[in-house]
Amino acid sequence: MQQRQCAKTAGRLAKLAIKGLAMATAMLAPLTAAAGEITVKGSDTMVILGQRWAEEYMRAHPSATIQVTGGGSGTGISALINGTTDVCQASRPMSAAEKEKLRDRYATTGVEIPVARDGLSVYVNASNPLAEITMDQLKLVFTGKVTNWKELGGPDAKIVVYSRENSSGTYVFFKEHVLKNADYTVRAQSMPGTAAVVNAVAKEKFGIGYGGAAYAKGIKLLKVKKDGDSAAIAPDEAHVKDGSYPLSRPLFFYLRNKPSGDVGSFVDWVLSGAGQAIVTKVGYYPLK
Amino acid sequence: MNMPSSSQQPTTRQPDQAILVGLAASTGTSQSPPPGPRTVQASDRKNHRRAQRPGLVSRRSGLNTLTELAIRVLAFTSIAAIILIFVFIGKEAWPLLHDSVIGREVTLAKMWFAQQWPGYDAPEHVWQPVSEFPKFAAWPLVVGTLKVTLVAMLVAVPLGVGAALFVSQYAGRRLREIVKPTIELLAGVPSVVLGFFALMVMASWLQQAFGLDSRLNALVAGVALSFAIIPVIFTVSEEAFGAVPRSYVEASTALGAARWQTIVRVVVPAAGPGLAAGIALGLGRAVGETMIVLMASGNAAILSANPADSARTVSATIAAELAEVVFGGAHYTVLFFLGVLLFAFTLVSNLLGEFAIGRMRRRLGGAG
Amino acid sequence: MKLRRRRLGDVTLALASGLAVALVLLIVVVILGDVVYHGAPHMTLGFLTQAPRDGMTAGGIFPAIFGTVALVVLMTLAVLPAGVATAIYLSEYANPGSRVTRMVRVAVNNLAGVPSIVFGLFGLGFFVQFVGAGIDRALYGGQRVFGQPALVWAALTMAVLTLPVVIVATEEALSAVPRELRLASAALGANRLQTIVRVVLPQALPGILTGAILAISRGAGEVAPILFTGVAYYLPKLPRSLHDQFMQLGYHVYVLSTQSPDVDATRPILYATVLVLLLLTFALNAAAVVVRSHMRRRFAGATS
Repeated sequence: MQQRQCAKTAGRLAKLAIKGLAMATAMLAPLTAAAGEITVKGSDTMVILGQRWAEEYMRAHPSATIQVTGGGSGTGISALINGTTDVCQASRPMSAAEKEKLRDRYATTGVEIPVARDGLSVYVNASNPLAEITMDQLKLVFTGKVTNWKELGGPDAKIVVYSRENSSGTYVFFKEHVLKNADYTVRAQSMPGTAAVVNAVAKEKFGIGYGGAAYAKGIKLLKVKKDGDSAAIAPDEAHVKDGSYPLSRPLFFYLRNKPSGDVGSFVDWVLSGAGQAIVTKVGYYPLK
Repeated sequence: MNMPSSSQQPTTRQPDQAILVGLAASTGTSQSPPPGPRTVQASDRKNHRRAQRPGLVSRRSGLNTLTELAIRVLAFTSIAAIILIFVFIGKEAWPLLHDSVIGREVTLAKMWFAQQWPGYDAPEHVWQPVSEFPKFAAWPLVVGTLKVTLVAMLVAVPLGVGAALFVSQYAGRRLREIVKPTIELLAGVPSVVLGFFALMVMASWLQQAFGLDSRLNALVAGVALSFAIIPVIFTVSEEAFGAVPRSYVEASTALGAARWQTIVRVVVPAAGPGLAAGIALGLGRAVGETMIVLMASGNAAILSANPADSARTVSATIAAELAEVVFGGAHYTVLFFLGVLLFAFTLVSNLLGEFAIGRMRRRLGGAG
Repeated sequence: MKLRRRRLGDVTLALASGLAVALVLLIVVVILGDVVYHGAPHMTLGFLTQAPRDGMTAGGIFPAIFGTVALVVLMTLAVLPAGVATAIYLSEYANPGSRVTRMVRVAVNNLAGVPSIVFGLFGLGFFVQFVGAGIDRALYGGQRVFGQPALVWAALTMAVLTLPVVIVATEEALSAVPRELRLASAALGANRLQTIVRVVLPQALPGILTGAILAISRGAGEVAPILFTGVAYYLPKLPRSLHDQFMQLGYHVYVLSTQSPDVDATRPILYATVLVLLLLTFALNAAAVVVRSHMRRRFAGATS
């Protein structure tokens, strides 16, 4: 008796499983589901911007579908090379080696489109007495040559250095422009995203970090001096636009081919007034 | 790893020889194989099938063969998948050893010996794969993993074994029924939740309590990791203590030993292999854990012995960097090689654990 | 004097081990208490059924719940037949002494202990890049459909991850079925398959279901293997086909913890998400216990 019941249950379970498998196979069917869907991947600095763009664009064009993921500029560029994304967001330019790899796979060196500007900011804890720092001091701190705040005129405490994972475009940009291609100190803690750096510095009294201007909440932004004699410039709109802030940088879209079709209209919209207005809303700086 | 009792030792009932030769041998169950020549099996199956044929050939024989075929196909597919994992990871890591293009950036030697890099005063072990000169030193990662694991084991082993001791030797039934499910609850907590708890709550608390320089370090990650492995150690240790025969305890008491002497001098050594097995399992789990360390350790590839320093473990490195590698490149190959390292380590610690469990079962199997 | 030494030793040991238990219980209480305290107020029905808004600072987590469920369902569909069939094959059909069988068992046991990130490596390198790209070349003429992180690859990766658990649990359940039952069935003239399906499997069902549910609860909570094989942080639509990406509760917790642009605004959401994830895992574990004891009672009479 029990066995018959069990066989019945087993039979029912089997039928359910077969139905489930059939449904799952049916999901394989939509061949055209890929068309019209735009994948945007890459810079963590730009991911909040990309998401806002996607939200607004989809509201204005209900038939479009845009999927935005972060992971770092390196992730986005690799995805572009591996063929797993349409648009790559990058907070640094593609390197020659990366363009090589792209050319090896797709016979093109890609299309670079600047879409916004950012003032890469230096974060310190809100209680930190420092207000400005020179480029040289930044380099000494992040390469580990200066390890105590008192060497910068601050309190006697060890500097806790926060950096980004090596997949980040911000990581690379900072390395090239501030560290002049020297290595980060091994003591620099690698955080998975700009927000993580901000959160860490906000909680760490003697911390220092860097990241995009739009994320700055709960921490203090240091003014940066090009060298000992220049003026200390804050990363605000005017200074980033005219380039006087030493760490201004363009934010890019990278594509494999010239934008056309759905991707093309999205890119055009991003560069238009509507798209650029969102740049300001999010906290970065428009191209013009 | 919520596996119900990870032993694979077959039960030691010896099937009756006569019945075996006739019919039952063909079912080939997982119990210990009967003594005798191997060839008995094959002809047994044939005889069994022949005996079935007259009069019992059913309409269902078609469905029968189909189902058996389906079982075999499914089984072979999953066995193939299992073997494929070992093979594939090894295959993707293999170019590290011989490929010349990759060899320009990294070789096995470059990973394990200190290298003199431009801009550094002395040869050092540096892990900085994204750089003008990519650097792939493995020692900071290995040391980081060991540091975090050591902290985790130092916390988890006393707590896990101690709790198991209490539950098996002192606790009454009611207390046991409260404690065991609670610890099983801890076993069910996903590691990402433990990492979240470490990052949001424990890191600041520990920094204030110990006056540490950095908030995220090997200590925080190690303590959070210990929460994940305490249930593993507890479960296996409790089983080990429970398996110690009452006769040992009674004999010891009869000889005049105090309660604590019986426990420390008799019960614990008797449960020794089981405890070792639990520790080995916990160790394997600790080394491979990813999310907790990714969130709480600071991920700095520092080669130091200080647990208050940030650390970067092998598994967190793979998790953080795999997304950005180009398939087939040097960085990609190195990450797969790190995967092979993890594999090898857990293999060894699993084997040790099984060996220890086997010894425990054999040792205590005969006694009253 | 000897008596004092005995008492002291007894008391010390009891205290020390009792302290260990107390600490472990304290840990559980603190973690769960913290999560419930901060998360329960925010866990409303709206939270469970809405999509996230305003850069994750408002709205609900429905897509993450949907994605988790979809992942787990697909994973179970893949792992249960394969795992149970493999266990049946290993314990009922395969030659028990053969080197191959023993090697397979060793492989299964060791796979159970392999770190989950290694499965992520496998999923990315094999499923996404090799199988997926191959499917694209064969069926879609190079257009990128399956050669990218997708629901199906994440589900298959999780299935391979939980396969050893299902196999081991099923094998233990099968071997716990008394030999007498098999012999009796064979004596009555049943062939091997009939014995397995009608006699052995029903007896082993509680163990098999327990293993399945434990595998499922592990699948719902693991994040590392799906990091590169299909999960995403923000998706405009729910996954509608096997090659879509999906959101997942555990991954959502990870990203909100580490990369939330506005920590204060997202903290209640983060805690509530953790609470939902915990409730889901605990419900599954509890279901395993209930199923096991229920079915054990039901079949308790069948054996001698």
